[in-house]
Amino acid sequence: MSRISRRDALKRGLFGLAGVASVASGASVAKASTLGTHVDPHTVMTGGLPAGAGIDPTAFLTNFDYGVVSKGANGQTVRDYRITSVDRTIEIMPGLFYAAWTFNGQVPGPTLRCTEGDLIRVHFTNAGTHPHSMHFHGFHPAGMDGVFEQVPPGGAFLYEFEARPFGLQLYHCHTMPLKRHIAKGLYGAMIIDPKQGRPRAHEMVMVMNGFDVNFDGENEVYAVNTVPFAYQSQPIPLKRGELNRIYLVNVLEFDLINSLHIHANFFNLYRTGTSLVPHEFTDTVSMGQGERHIVEFTYDRPGKFMFHAHQSEFAELGWMGLFDVNPGEIA
Amino acid sequence: MKRWGWFALPLALLAVLSLVVVKGGTLSRLARGLPPVEELTVDRVRLTPGHITLDIVNGGPDPVTVAQVMVDEAFWMHTMTPERTIPRLGRAQIEIPYPWVEGEPHQIKLVTATGVTFDHEIAIAAETPKADGGYFATFALIGLYVGVLPVAIGLLWLPFLKRLDRRWIHFSLALTAGLLVFLAVEALHEALELAGRVAGAFQGIGVVALGVLGSWLFLQAFGGRRKTAEGGDNPTATRLRLAFLIALGIGLHNLGEGLAIGAAYAQGAVTLGSFLIVGFMIHNTTEGLGIVAPVAQDNPSLKNLALAGLLAGAPTIVGAWLGGLAYSPLLGTVCMAVGAGAILQVVGVLYKAVAQEAGETLWSPLNAMGVAAGLLIMYGTGLLVAA
Repeated sequence: MSRISRRDALKRGLFGLAGVASVASGASVAKASTLGTHVDPHTVMTGGLPAGAGIDPTAFLTNFDYGVVSKGANGQTVRDYRITSVDRTIEIMPGLFYAAWTFNGQVPGPTLRCTEGDLIRVHFTNAGTHPHSMHFHGFHPAGMDGVFEQVPPGGAFLYEFEARPFGLQLYHCHTMPLKRHIAKGLYGAMIIDPKQGRPRAHEMVMVMNGFDVNFDGENEVYAVNTVPFAYQSQPIPLKRGELNRIYLVNVLEFDLINSLHIHANFFNLYRTGTSLVPHEFTDTVSMGQGERHIVEFTYDRPGKFMFHAHQSEFAELGWMGLFDVNPGEIA
Repeated sequence: MKRWGWFALPLALLAVLSLVVVKGGTLSRLARGLPPVEELTVDRVRLTPGHITLDIVNGGPDPVTVAQVMVDEAFWMHTMTPERTIPRLGRAQIEIPYPWVEGEPHQIKLVTATGVTFDHEIAIAAETPKADGGYFATFALIGLYVGVLPVAIGLLWLPFLKRLDRRWIHFSLALTAGLLVFLAVEALHEALELAGRVAGAFQGIGVVALGVLGSWLFLQAFGGRRKTAEGGDNPTATRLRLAFLIALGIGLHNLGEGLAIGAAYAQGAVTLGSFLIVGFMIHNTTEGLGIVAPVAQDNPSLKNLALAGLLAGAPTIVGAWLGGLAYSPLLGTVCMAVGAGAILQVVGVLYKAVAQEAGETLWSPLNAMGVAAGLLIMYGTGLLVAA
């Protein structure tokens, strides 16, 4: 308290008086208990899923864009993707609208998928109101980096490079001011599968993001795949005994760190997905912005299990979900 | 009735013009498609076990839709009545089941549909008293300690004042003026400060101007009426009326003070002990002295003294009741502004009364010292309550 007025002092003076007075009301204040309140972890605090999110969070988990496939001169697989940046207001929570900048009208942008060694051709068109670009993590020539080749509104650019190395990559706009362009929604995941493939699994893409809805440089909203509490509203069904694989990307702006924790289980962690041998066996992983990992685990017991950021604050601001492990099926 | 036709002409034109603006869309050039300016104010918070209730006001130019509610940086379930969109100058209530912790602060953040956020801090969480017998008894006791008793004790200076000669009576009247000026400045400051917390469209500063000048004008116009109705200029009656006017001014001030106390107590912003209560009793006892100073040379009846004492002190109780039940920054601003205006008016009356009696010696060093002493006494006893 910066300033103490006579009336402030009055307020304080009264506590002693209440003691003197200790009539019914004073006594009841002392007894006030809030222990009885029960908050059910199933309760979705925000009123469920928004209608206008621009993505269906459940569908997004398993939506992969393999591009238009053709064969190149030397038999190389060529994949042509079409990405357009558009301004779009999305409803990230029921009733809460955010003026996003998007790739193909969705946040995160589509998950691009290919195999190591493929020739990638991304036909990018900027239909937004600001200059944008696409910057892919991975090996590529300097002129394909999306830093110096800014695409003005109405402009277009063809990004062409060979998909290397295999792993879980990230793409995002690299136009200054960078923070604003990323925070507004211009990012997505790119999976480069190893030539020999990975073991068969139930796969899910989870892009950890957030929204600074009042533009004060801090996030008010946290999520995986944009919609807070999406997988609490609609738990992700898993099969008992089946291998699950999460392609986990952290693009969270403003906060230094983000994390994933899964309940009642441990997972194999493949850092950046660049190795087929796990780096770690754990149940919680922390990640800075731009880091991404592949996570593999199997549930042997049925029931609902929570997963969330182990920054409790992020969890309660939206980055919280549930797996629903089906009791009947053993894969 | 031709006159009224001319009176109505500009109004009719204004109505037509308004219709053109609203319906005609001629001002579409001015619309820029930007998000509306939003303003929400939390007027009042009520805490019951496991439950937070917010009264919110839309003081901005446009309707505001509350999309989500955060408590302590967590999105939280809630219900909102009558609906999520609050029209301009409209009100709504938000119910939040939340396990708040007694004695600890809590942060509430309202997120509107456009992503604008409005923060409200519950400084110290404590259960809001219920309006039952115990509530009224407790708050009456608070008012009794802070308002009624100190004023009553101050009245008991009357026999002492009676034993002073005229010069010192004038000194004590000057001292009363000093006390009152101090109270008026304090009330005005409080009114202006509260005005800053009033929802924008309700124009807190305008309310202060209305309150101060309104009460001043009212008392100026009607405070002296009985005198002319009676025809005679009975100096004893005039002095008694002055005492009642002072009591009224102090009473209005104490109403505002009681309001603030009641609100603070109800919201749990109360922490200290008996030392400060004693400080306040000393501080406010001077108010009683101010009431009896004008009638020191008379023999006011016990009934009149008691009435004047109640007029000055009892509003503290009423204010405390009100403050605990229905406090809002707007109500607080009105009370404080009205109190300030009333006191200033009384200072004016006091000045005239002494000027009539003292004539040339009005601004004698003794009287000037009296005013200064009044200010100093309030300042000095104020130190007792400034923790």
